[in-house]
Amino acid sequence: MTDSATPFSELTQMPDARGHFGPYGGRFVSETLSFALEDLEKTYASLRNDPAFQAEFDRDLAHYVGRPSPLYHAERWSESLGGAQVWLKREDLNHTGAHKVNNTIGQALLAKKSGKPRVIAETGAGQHGVATATVAARLGLECDIYMGAVDVERQKLNVYRMRLLGARVIPVESGTKTLKDAMNEALRDWVTNVDTTFYIIGTVAGPHPYPLLVRDFNSVTGREARVQSLEQIGRLPDALIACVGGGSNAMGLFYPFVEDADVAMYGVEAGGDGLETGRHAAPLSSDAPRGVLHGNRTYLMSDAAGQVSDTHSISAGLDYPGVGPEHALWKDVGRVNYVAANDDAVLEAFRELTLMEGIMPALESSHALAYAKVLAPTMRPDQHIVVNLSGRGDKDIMTVAKLDGIEF
Amino acid sequence: MNRIDQRFSELKQQGRKALIPFITAGDPAPRYTLGFMHALVDAGADVLELGVPFSDPMADGPVIQKACERALKAGTRLVDLFDMVAEFRQTNSHTPVVLMGYLNPVERIGYAAFAEQAARAGVDGVLMVDMPPEEADELAPLLKKSGIAAIFLVAPTTSKARAAIICAHGEGYLYYVSLKGVTGSATLNATDVAEHLAPLRELTDLPLCVGFGIRDGQAAAEVAKVADGVIVGSALVNRIAANAATPGAIPDELKRVLGEMRTAMDAGAEG
Repeated sequence: MTDSATPFSELTQMPDARGHFGPYGGRFVSETLSFALEDLEKTYASLRNDPAFQAEFDRDLAHYVGRPSPLYHAERWSESLGGAQVWLKREDLNHTGAHKVNNTIGQALLAKKSGKPRVIAETGAGQHGVATATVAARLGLECDIYMGAVDVERQKLNVYRMRLLGARVIPVESGTKTLKDAMNEALRDWVTNVDTTFYIIGTVAGPHPYPLLVRDFNSVTGREARVQSLEQIGRLPDALIACVGGGSNAMGLFYPFVEDADVAMYGVEAGGDGLETGRHAAPLSSDAPRGVLHGNRTYLMSDAAGQVSDTHSISAGLDYPGVGPEHALWKDVGRVNYVAANDDAVLEAFRELTLMEGIMPALESSHALAYAKVLAPTMRPDQHIVVNLSGRGDKDIMTVAKLDGIEF
Repeated sequence: MNRIDQRFSELKQQGRKALIPFITAGDPAPRYTLGFMHALVDAGADVLELGVPFSDPMADGPVIQKACERALKAGTRLVDLFDMVAEFRQTNSHTPVVLMGYLNPVERIGYAAFAEQAARAGVDGVLMVDMPPEEADELAPLLKKSGIAAIFLVAPTTSKARAAIICAHGEGYLYYVSLKGVTGSATLNATDVAEHLAPLRELTDLPLCVGFGIRDGQAAAEVAKVADGVIVGSALVNRIAANAATPGAIPDELKRVLGEMRTAMDAGAEG
């Protein structure tokens, strides 16, 4: 492999026709699902450059999601950090409160074209579940959401939101009872009900063509941020920061900048109790081995025998042992620096932004903020960082309260 | 000649159908698996499928999921399966053994090392559930070089075009998944299976074996009328689960369940 020699412009040519991002990605699924994926691939290929489809998507993003989301200069916080200017891409202001809805709007349009009456999804923090239940309600589709039993417990508010939206939330009791197990169970459902069901995958992982279409639907974030940077800063930013679990919000922000070699990129994984403790969810920054899970090859936390490792994170949305295959390639070619933020630093960033800017970030997004706290002081005040504030923190209030010893 | 090809050619001459039991290796603990393999052969197994336990068995229902959990809890690793097969080969040199599982443990060992160690142990076939032919271009040639058959799945949803690709790549036998779903789910419909097998016969001379949803002798006999082989998994693993606390009782339980299927299949062939 001569991965390190790949110029960044080639990164816009990914994936190849079989869904591979270099050695990553692909379509590692049991045969029963192959036809559905081939079907989805064909449908999407016919719509991807169809102006009518794009116009419908853009219309929904404008009038249903409320885009464009602002690029907000966090002046007070920037000043306290004593370095670069920090700008927040306010995906938390989207309808349903996170970037996840960009993707579910797009996939819902595909589901509608497919004529299937039912959608399913996996969810960790519940944001993708809520975003899926939302579009299902709007289109009158039956909706089942798989969620690890541990996550059902720590994200009660989102569970109830999904139920109010008419979705059935199915707690998953197998394995580690978190996001990866929810995805296993969603795949088992799909393989059983593939004729009637559209699977709305929530991140840039899974079998081809999911990493491609989820990237496309989320890239609106980066396209807007690019235009807004030119307007508001007068040039492109020096650095981008986003949290990475599966990696959809990071992909959405980064992708439209991928050829801009002067724009540094930082993907922040869940460091949990610290990489050195083994209790984390950071396959890229902990140098996990390559592996195959949930339909794609990627970096995957697993033991020497190839069993997938337990993960740990304060944030349910990042509590996943793998990562989208395109991020794996970007690590290899050095386009993005993948780092980790520990739970403690994440909570500190959560509190700081809330107190200094009046913006309560999701714990997932707080990982990106925690790294901004590290990076900004190393830069000059005339330099600029854009942080993807991928979701709002209302859903995490119970988690934080519990840490504060408060029971409702 | 690979033991699988040998076995199917013998069966064809005898006018019999293959009975292929599946158990998860290492369930309830690695030390019992060898005894279970011999018991299955005693009860009339023609080919043995050994499941490689995996933490995330996405194509399996609760029965095999729990078997994986028990096997992993008992510390079973892919390399232990090589030891089990090697030990089995000390007293049984003719029954083909197929490893069935998910790709990640194989990725972790490395494809070349896996093919080499599997061949040395006496493994005859490999079926990776999450590796369709399109993703097999690295592993399949290594298996071939080692004399191991790369076995692939065909599903009710497989298009004719895909079936042709799978038939072109497949070796040993084709594993026809009888229903949309995970292992151990609904009972299959033999008429439906027959309709799906007919077009496959035009594409390949490989033996067509049917798995998923075969629970008893009657179902096995019905499938045996239209297929070349019958694969039984969850019905056996259920008996292991029920007797996990008294593993000494399991070999006889396996013999009883599989023996009933053997009898029903052979009676069906005569009748």
